[in-house]
Amino acid sequence: MFDFSIVTQWIHSFLLTTLGLPEWLTILTESVLVALVIITLYAIFAIVLIYMERKVCAAFQCRLGPNRVGKWGLLQVFSDVFKMLQKEIIKMRNSDRFLHDLAPYFMVAASMITFACLPWNKGAHMLDFNIGIFFILAISSVSVVGILLAGWGSNSKYPLIGAMRSGAQIISYELSIGLTMLTVVAMTGTMQISEIVEQQYEEGWNLFRGHIPAIIAFIIYLIAGNAECNRGPFDLPEGESELTAGYHTEYSGMHFGYFYLAEYLNLFITAGIATTVFLGGWSPLHIPSFDGFNHIMDMVPGAVWFIGKTMFVVFLLMWERWSFPRLRIDQILTLEWKYLMPISLVNLLLMATLVAFGLHF
Amino acid sequence: MSNHQENSYFGGLFSGIKSLAIGLYTTMRELFVKKITQEYPENRAELKMFDRFRGSLIMPHNENNEHKCISCHLCEKACPNDTIKVIDEVIEVDGKKKKILGVYEYNLGKCMFCMLCTQACPQDAIEFDQSFENAVFDRNVLNMRLNAEGSKCVERKPAPKPAPAKPVTAQSETTATPAPATATANEVKSESPTPEPVVTPKSETSADKEN
Repeated sequence: MFDFSIVTQWIHSFLLTTLGLPEWLTILTESVLVALVIITLYAIFAIVLIYMERKVCAAFQCRLGPNRVGKWGLLQVFSDVFKMLQKEIIKMRNSDRFLHDLAPYFMVAASMITFACLPWNKGAHMLDFNIGIFFILAISSVSVVGILLAGWGSNSKYPLIGAMRSGAQIISYELSIGLTMLTVVAMTGTMQISEIVEQQYEEGWNLFRGHIPAIIAFIIYLIAGNAECNRGPFDLPEGESELTAGYHTEYSGMHFGYFYLAEYLNLFITAGIATTVFLGGWSPLHIPSFDGFNHIMDMVPGAVWFIGKTMFVVFLLMWERWSFPRLRIDQILTLEWKYLMPISLVNLLLMATLVAFGLHF
Repeated sequence: MSNHQENSYFGGLFSGIKSLAIGLYTTMRELFVKKITQEYPENRAELKMFDRFRGSLIMPHNENNEHKCISCHLCEKACPNDTIKVIDEVIEVDGKKKKILGVYEYNLGKCMFCMLCTQACPQDAIEFDQSFENAVFDRNVLNMRLNAEGSKCVERKPAPKPAPAKPVTAQSETTATPAPATATANEVKSESPTPEPVVTPKSETSADKEN
């Protein structure tokens, strides 16, 4: 596998020795470069995902989707974004102006930091330290603060109700996500993302290594992940039939655009974490004792594997979203507290037993 | 059996999983079927509207430039929007005055496609076709003349078939209003003692036919 750290080390030594910059300036320059890369990737993936969502949704509903702006409607998303950039950001007299304006930045910042945790390639980790999974769970929950601030700062009843629902829902489903993550961590024995992926590169994907409990955990993660993104059957925080648009009803222009962006990037991040934890991150598909096949699979770059697998999981999440009708708030909480969480706990116990007796691969 | 099973925790769980799986299967199957979207301007050539589509009102003419309109004004009366205007023309046939259709005016811009006119027509002279590209730049274009220039009504040479079977109705057409009034009154008498409401519309229409 190509190790991307060669490139990063070359840049580091180029700045430090060839240009003769001091240590602090080198690190500052590198941080700015990495931030630029993150923001660029963030924008690119938002556009790709919005286009993909519209096309996949259309296909599930027996339609064609956007196909007029540009070839196959490829320019549709660009024109939508351009339109949104032109729109005025309306300032409301009775809203809490500071909190109202702050909320979208919370959303975007939370999803961007989580985005930076994804393992793109061997040696291409932007944020990577020994409590990686824990960090992802913590930082992705910051978006709840953004949602609650948006609901409160708008000083309007629909956003407030939407934000309250969203808060209850996200905090509940955080439990399932945490427990399924713990299930995998119990097997891998590490929380560092690079190590989790490295382990899967050498010993096979966690979904196959952990067989039954890993598959159960994967399915529960897919359900809870959609709830975390406020998507699919769990989109009642913005249930348009009751609450116009939920917590972002009162937003306009690019502030609304940030919520929109964060929603789609959260989808990508949820899928990316599922890929990292269950499907081996950037590690190629290996079948034991098929050396020729494994060698060919190694030729494909890790970034392609990662993005390909993530897009596959995104497709699974969209499939889920466009298949099921919206749940009521009591049904959402029943599903979490009476079904998903007990099953996750039993599943964790099962995985612990498996690990204790060495029954996994 | 199912009621007890679905109320239990595991029964509900497994039946729920089963129904979710059916839902996922259904949508996945839908993903691969042919899409029903009509790409309109591109498929103009092969696009065919369904039979009962109401495009715009037409008056079909046969190959001899003949229509079936007898200028009875029923469609004009039935129209809730004053869309139709029937202008008569009086000619003399064998020394008798006869009323025929002069100009049949139809304003597409006012029409709400309720189809009351075609239902009112006793001769099936007018009908809706499938052409739907009705947008124009000038409103005056929407005022249309439905009967072609120089067209005339189809001659019905033999007497109407029910004529020998029902001599009363055949007579009623030739004679004045009292005849049908009594005929219908006889029919209705068993149900309602007062024949007036039935008589009045009948006499009105026959009066229309005459003037």
